[in-house]
Amino acid sequence: MSHAHDQARFATAILDPEVPPPAGLAAPDGRPAGKRFDVYRNNVIVSLSEALKAGFPVICRLVGDEFFQAMAGIYVRAHLPKSPIMSQFGGEFPGFLAEFEPVAQLPYLPDIARLELALRQSYHAADAPPLAPETLQALPPETLLSARFAFAPAMRLLRSEWPVHAIWQANAQGGPAGSAGQQDGTGKPSGPEDVLICRPGFDPEPRLLPAGGAAFITAALAGNPLEAALDKATQEAGAFDLAATLGLLLAGGCLTRIIIKETQ
Amino acid sequence: MSNHVKALAVAGAVAAAVASTAAPAQAAGKEKCYGVALAGENDCKAGPGTTCAGTSTVDYQGNAFKLVPAGTCESMELPGNRKGSLTELERDIPS
Repeated sequence: MSHAHDQARFATAILDPEVPPPAGLAAPDGRPAGKRFDVYRNNVIVSLSEALKAGFPVICRLVGDEFFQAMAGIYVRAHLPKSPIMSQFGGEFPGFLAEFEPVAQLPYLPDIARLELALRQSYHAADAPPLAPETLQALPPETLLSARFAFAPAMRLLRSEWPVHAIWQANAQGGPAGSAGQQDGTGKPSGPEDVLICRPGFDPEPRLLPAGGAAFITAALAGNPLEAALDKATQEAGAFDLAATLGLLLAGGCLTRIIIKETQ
Repeated sequence: MSNHVKALAVAGAVAAAVASTAAPAQAAGKEKCYGVALAGENDCKAGPGTTCAGTSTVDYQGNAFKLVPAGTCESMELPGNRKGSLTELERDIPS
């Protein structure tokens, strides 16, 4: 029997507790090592499930521990790690949640998972010295309009049809329960939310963007000068608050450089 | 809006943005409540996947799906005086 065939049988048995342990495994005393194999394959699934839980604590809190563990067992078997770097494990979890029938009645879950994934990616992204706010202020008004921005590798932007920031904040460990949400006069979360993730110190911080903020950042990220990005944002939200959006970007250290074309 | 007026408006917004970061910017780094949520993400942990948890030989089965996901967002308040109950949210799904 070929080595590859043995490996394939071993791998199949690890993922399916119904499959008998591969033949030929022996304990040090020479007896069959079926029980040991059971422990091993349990640990494979449990440790990957734990990794998933560590990466998506808010999803776990939303669906409950027992449900999450059962769901993780299915996810882990369907999406084995592609890299030995566990901090990258779970990249397909948002898409999985969108298709997973038992959570179909929680349509905001995929975006919450995207937010948690973005926070993790932001945490592990490269450092970049932030732009000093004064640098921006020192530019003459006409130069400002044609200025382009470079953004920090740790910045992430998430647009959602759901109040993801409010849901995340209310369920994140240490978050102020019940007090989250866009202050729309009632203090309650309402409708779609766009979230900007910056990493001003060592830890990523999700911030709720004002209306039009995501359109502005998307356009600026695509290399558009400030004026064009401003137009995009104003098209989407007439009352776009440039000062608030720039304030979030500057305070979070999301801007790293101003790019000015001298030829214009 | 003429380009000059626009430029001035933008300069005003920039000034306001810079002013908003000036005082609290450094203090904002002390907003520890955000960092706490991510404590499990840091490198101090041996890292997910290296745990020795679950030495039992019984694998998790999928039969937990008889359960409805447990909701912890009941404390969330939604518009129209509704609570953030997971089942109630079903009504809000756009068709």
